[in-house]
Amino acid sequence: MAEARVVIRTGGGLHAGPAAALVAEARRHACAVTFACGARAANAKSILEVLALGVKDGEELLVRAEGEGAEDAVGALARVLGEQRGRL
Amino acid sequence: MSPGRRFAGQGAAPGIAIGPAYLWPRRGQAGRAVAAAGSCRGEVERLSAAAAVAREGTREIVRQAGRTLTRAEAGIFEAQLLMLDDPNLVGRAEEAIRTGGLSAEEALERAGAECAAALLRAVPDESWRARAADVADVVGRVLDALAERPGPSLPSFDHPVLVVAEELLPSDIVALDREKVLGLVTQAGSPTSHASILARSLGLPAVAGVPSACELIREGDVVAADGASGEVVVGPDPVEAEDWRARQASRREWREGLRSRAHLPAITTDGHRIRVAANIGTPDEAETAFLNGADGIGLFRTEVFFMGRASLPGEDEQCGVYGEVIRCLAPRPVVIRTLDAGDDKALNLVASGGRAVRLAGGRSSQPASGHEDVFLAQLRAVLRAAAGAGEDGRAGVRRPGEAEVRVLFPMVANLADVVAAKALLARAAAELDARGVVRGEVKVGLMIEVPSAVALIGLLLREVDFVSLGTNDLARLTPGPAEVAIPTVLRLVAAVADAARRAGKPVAVCGELAADPRAIPLLVGLGVGELSVAPPLVPEVKEVVRTVSRREAAILAKRLLTARPAEGGTGDG
Repeated sequence: MAEARVVIRTGGGLHAGPAAALVAEARRHACAVTFACGARAANAKSILEVLALGVKDGEELLVRAEGEGAEDAVGALARVLGEQRGRL
Repeated sequence: MSPGRRFAGQGAAPGIAIGPAYLWPRRGQAGRAVAAAGSCRGEVERLSAAAAVAREGTREIVRQAGRTLTRAEAGIFEAQLLMLDDPNLVGRAEEAIRTGGLSAEEALERAGAECAAALLRAVPDESWRARAADVADVVGRVLDALAERPGPSLPSFDHPVLVVAEELLPSDIVALDREKVLGLVTQAGSPTSHASILARSLGLPAVAGVPSACELIREGDVVAADGASGEVVVGPDPVEAEDWRARQASRREWREGLRSRAHLPAITTDGHRIRVAANIGTPDEAETAFLNGADGIGLFRTEVFFMGRASLPGEDEQCGVYGEVIRCLAPRPVVIRTLDAGDDKALNLVASGGRAVRLAGGRSSQPASGHEDVFLAQLRAVLRAAAGAGEDGRAGVRRPGEAEVRVLFPMVANLADVVAAKALLARAAAELDARGVVRGEVKVGLMIEVPSAVALIGLLLREVDFVSLGTNDLARLTPGPAEVAIPTVLRLVAAVADAARRAGKPVAVCGELAADPRAIPLLVGLGVGELSVAPPLVPEVKEVVRTVSRREAAILAKRLLTARPAEGGTGDG
C-alpha cells in the first residue's frame, strides 16, 4: 500500500479539468486507488465519485493505492496534482 | 410605442446582442419514444453500443475544443468523456436493466438522475449545478445515440438569432453556429456554469438566470441582451433598439479589430513594445498560439510529457517535440521550462519503467544525485532542438540563430540552485560535443515563484539572461487572503522588475495575473516587458496593452504600492 497527502491548490478545487486529469491518470494503473477528503472517500477511477468529493482549494486529499504498482500510482498522481496546482 | 419589457438576469458572458428570438427546443422533447424494454441482453447491448457512439462524439468535441478553448475549458469535455466510462453511470444502468427489466433509456436516465443527486448531496452549492449539467449532457448524448438520432439537430438559421433556452449544456454551446447566433438568454444557469464559461471563452454574449424566459419570450420577438450587466429587453421601441444596435456594432468592431490586430505588435500609447507570448503544454497549443498572434512561447511546461507514462521520454523524443514547437513559432523565441523538480511536498515522482524515480530532494531544483540523468537528457534535447536538429540528429529546416531558444529553470530558491542547474546545462552541452552532435546555444532564465528568490534577486540576476515571474505560485506562497496577498504579489513583482531593470535584463510574467485586464497596466507600469498568457487570450491582452501609457501606469503603480490601506479595510500587507 502507498499513500500521499496533497493539499489541493488548483484555483477552484477539484473541478472538471483537474478531476479529469487525475481520474485519467488513476485509470492507467492496475492497482486500486482511492481518494479521501475528510470523512468522504471515492474510487479514484470514477470521475463522478471524485467530483462528488467536492474538494475545495486548501483541503487535503489523501491518495491511497493498494496492489501491484501502488507506489508508482501514488507518485504519478501526486505529480499530476503538482502540475494542476501550478497551472502556469 | 411603449418601451420594451425589461428583465434582470445575471451577466454570464460580456457582450451586446440584439435580434429575433429563437426558442431552443427542450432536449429530448422531440420524439424520445419510451421504448418498451427488449430482451435484457439486447438492451444491455444497445446501451453499450450507444455509449460507444457517444464516446466517439465526445472525443470529437474534445478535439475541436482543444483548438478554440484553453486547456482548463477543454477539461470540461475531458471530464465528460470519463463519465461515459464511469461504472456509476453506464455500469449502474446496465445493472438496472439486468435486475429491473428496464429499457436502456429508462435505466440510463435513472442512473443519470442518481449521479446528479449524489453530486448535489456532496456539494450543496452553486458549483454542483455545473457538474450536474455535465451529467445531463452526457446522458443526453447516449439517449440520442439510443434513438439513433444524429444528436440534437442544430436548427439552421437563415438569419442571425438570439437563442432563448431553459438551459444550454456545454456541448450545445460549442456546436452553435457562431455566424448565426448573436447571443444567449437562459432561464437556468449562472455565471459559474460550464455553459457560461464556454460562452465567455467563445466571445458569445450570454445572460443566465432569467426567470420564465421561455414563457415570456416568443419566437421572433426582438430581444436585446447585455451579457455584462444581465439586462434583457424584450420588444424595445425603435429608439431603444437603435441604441442597442449601435452598442452591438461598436462591440463587434472592437472584437474584429482584436482579430485583425492580433498579429501586430502590442505597443503602449507612449511607444513601448510589450511582448505578448503564450503558455503552452503541448505542441498542439503551439499552433493555437501562432494563430492567435503570440510573440513567442513564454512558457512551455514540459511536465506534460513526463506524466502518466510507463517510461520516461528519451532525448530523441523530447528533441522532436521541442523542435516541433520551435519550428511552429520561428523566428519567435521559445522558452522551455525544465521539469519542475522542486515540489515543496517532495512528491515529484515520475514513473520510470515500473520504479519510482525521485527527481529532487527537498525544495530546490537541484536534482538529487543519481537522478541527474533525467535532467541531462532533457537539457541535451533542448540544446539539440535549439540547433534545429531533428530526431535523428540531422540538421533541421531551421538554421541556428533563426529562433531564440531559452531554457527556464523553475522553483529556484537560492543561488546554489542556479549554479547547479547551469553546471548541468554545461555538462549536457559537453556531452553532445563529445558525441559530435550538432547543438545550438540557449539563453538561461529563472522562474521566480518563491518569495526567497525575490529576496535574492540581485544575486540571481547576475547568473542568468532573463527572469520570468510565476505569479500563481508567488500568490500561493504568500500568506493571507487574496485581497491582502495580491498587492503583496505586485510588490514582489515591483522588486524583481526594479532589479532586472538595473541589471539590464528582461523580465516576464507568466501567471494568471498577466491576463487580468486590471493588472496589465500595473505590470507594464512596473516595467514588465513580456506577458505570457493562455493562447486564446493573446489578442485581448495585446489590445489592453495598446490602451496603456507606460509612463502613466508607472505613476499609478507607484501610488498604489505606497498607499496606506484604509483603516478597517483589508489592507495590503
